[in-house]
Amino acid sequence: MNKRIPHALLAVGVAALLASACTPASKQNHVADPGTQVSGTVELWHFFTEREANAIESVVKDFESTHPNITVTIKSGQDDSKVTQAIGAGKGPDVGLSYSTDIVGKFCSSGAWVDLTQYITRDKVDLNKLNATTRQYTQFDNKRCAMPFLADAYGLYYNKDLFAKAGIAGPPKTLDELTADAKKLTVKNPDGSLKTVGFLPLFDFYENAAAHLAPAVGAKWLTDDGKSAIAADPAWKALLTWQKSLVDWYGYDNLQKFRASLGDEFSGDNAFQKGQVAINVDAEYRLAFIKDQAPALKYGVAALPTTDPARYGAGYVTGNIVGISKNAKNPEAAWELIKYLTTNDTAIVKLANLIKNIPTTTASLADAGLQDDPDFKPFLDIFANPNSSTTPPSASGPAYQETFGTFLTSWQAGKVKDLDAGLADADKKVNNVMTLGG
Amino acid sequence: LTVVAGSIPQKKPLRVRLRRDATVLSFLAPALIGIAVFFLYPLVSAVYFSFTKFDLLSVPQWVGLDNYKRMGEDPYLIQSVRNTLWMVVVFVPVRIVSAIGLAMLLTQLRRGASFFRTIFYLPALAPPVAATIAFVYLLKPGTGPVNTFLAHIGIQGPLWFNSPAWAKPSLVLLGLWAIGDLMVIFLAGVLGVPATLYEAAALDGANAWHRFRYVTIPTIEPVILFAAVTGIIYTLQYFDQAAVAGSIASGQATVGAGISQNFGFPEGSTFTYPLWLYTVGFRYNALGYANAMAVVLFVVAFAVTVFLLRRSRAFSGEES
Repeated sequence: MNKRIPHALLAVGVAALLASACTPASKQNHVADPGTQVSGTVELWHFFTEREANAIESVVKDFESTHPNITVTIKSGQDDSKVTQAIGAGKGPDVGLSYSTDIVGKFCSSGAWVDLTQYITRDKVDLNKLNATTRQYTQFDNKRCAMPFLADAYGLYYNKDLFAKAGIAGPPKTLDELTADAKKLTVKNPDGSLKTVGFLPLFDFYENAAAHLAPAVGAKWLTDDGKSAIAADPAWKALLTWQKSLVDWYGYDNLQKFRASLGDEFSGDNAFQKGQVAINVDAEYRLAFIKDQAPALKYGVAALPTTDPARYGAGYVTGNIVGISKNAKNPEAAWELIKYLTTNDTAIVKLANLIKNIPTTTASLADAGLQDDPDFKPFLDIFANPNSSTTPPSASGPAYQETFGTFLTSWQAGKVKDLDAGLADADKKVNNVMTLGG
Repeated sequence: LTVVAGSIPQKKPLRVRLRRDATVLSFLAPALIGIAVFFLYPLVSAVYFSFTKFDLLSVPQWVGLDNYKRMGEDPYLIQSVRNTLWMVVVFVPVRIVSAIGLAMLLTQLRRGASFFRTIFYLPALAPPVAATIAFVYLLKPGTGPVNTFLAHIGIQGPLWFNSPAWAKPSLVLLGLWAIGDLMVIFLAGVLGVPATLYEAAALDGANAWHRFRYVTIPTIEPVILFAAVTGIIYTLQYFDQAAVAGSIASGQATVGAGISQNFGFPEGSTFTYPLWLYTVGFRYNALGYANAMAVVLFVVAFAVTVFLLRRSRAFSGEES
């Protein structure tokens, strides 16, 4: 036997042992007794940059002035993967602020963010003061490891000039009205190509993601046991059938050609801002973009059209989330900071005004300054609507949404002949991909 | 009878041998530590994690061969393999042939050779992400300068990165634009062909094609082999350009939450193996499965390299 083989096997074995040893171990957090004096330094990682980062800094300064024993160190521009790697390496920040509710499932189930229930119970924080949808996307499997930090609500933007030109009085309230308006608003070039599109129905265009349109039909993503509910829920079929009929009216290739000529969603060439698309699905943050990039645009904001008039007013809701790393050095001070940022109405209103996002507590939603803004108010209403919904947290993150998104691109391209069979196949793929991780 | 001194090897004392080994090891130590820490450890870790269910945050659970078994039933993996193979089969040969052609042309120049070599090399210095962004805008259907120019001469340009049929060829075009690195290597190879070989071939009546086919190509064969091996390994790991082109062309260039939702745009045509590996690993938290994919990628790259090297020896008649 070659003498080198045992040596090589030994080296591989040692490396494998090291690999298994260098993996995260769980750590138990214990909360202090009520009334314990909290002090020290807290490290806050967030993803905001520039103007929005300044807003965070300003509110954190307010926190420090009311909590003189706590000093906050802020690191801006930190995305989810950096936070994940830091926690995995045992060096997670005390407080992490994420842009995506997609990480809640993983962070809660793995224990990467600690369960906040013990702090909430001890400090008698009333979670009912938080918007109901935000309560849903900040917990997973009854484990509350996150708190909501501002939110986004999705509605419909429409171009008032183009509406007036087409003789349309107001925004559509049903999907059938949306189809009729989209057709009226569409203008073609002499060569037959599309010049202006009433509503661009492709699922991968800008914010037309299935998640954002699902509240229009009340579609359900997952069953109670975490499996795909797509094929079993007739609402999806209704949404897809409606969408495909409008795609077919335009012609898929015509839409692709038109879409290829449009600017980037987050640039000044945004198709809605340039009047190339008359009706668009987008969130409240678009208001700041329009103010900055297209101040002359005359537009209105409304809720998503629906199939059922009783559901009108609902929309998709998501938001930023904040939690304490399992390897936080100062979890008590971290909780004080989180409690301030997510339950102090004054702080929340200030942040909502500075960042132009939706506040998350009932009291802050009623703030007169926010309610008086006629463009912002529809989003506050959508946010507060009981039929508004979010995407459920999953241990595999956005896997179920993106897998379904792949099916939707095939569907709208006309590559799925039998919708029922296609949805059943999508179900299988979603269930399969969801078991890969988590 | 005389005994030649030194004909019977004398075994050196243990102390001397140990000192010699220690000296050798001390010189090798920096390299050995580097290889062990930055190559062997990650490699063995990847193999270990490929047999686990792992999300970077929890303790890995041993699942045996499950991750490998699932790869056969993964439709997205099959799609990504198909796209990556397309790139290997088309992108690598096109780049090699073009680089050889360009190098040959540059060797023929009597004036301005240095200038043109610099010009053709410069694009290789552009960061891949910046180059891809620039290319997507150049090829933007409707408003991009390329299609605008084509329209002026009566040709309706394709949708380039927005067309499932044209997206991969557009990536090949991007790769050809940045061919300078390969061109320089071939240029050195072509310039290294002894002039006497060309003279002898000319005396035998060989025309330009014959000289290229029977003198240049065999002489630069090691360079071609190098280009093929490195090209295949590079293409198997093709990530940046496909990711950026898909995101920009979809009109949703973004960072953070939606970073991977447009991977493969349009209709999965640019969805390469590394994009799927990244997605399952860092978006879906399936690091165990992603590691299994990485191990398979390593094995394939290794096998292709060994195969090419063996084929090359067979062609050149070398035994070792």
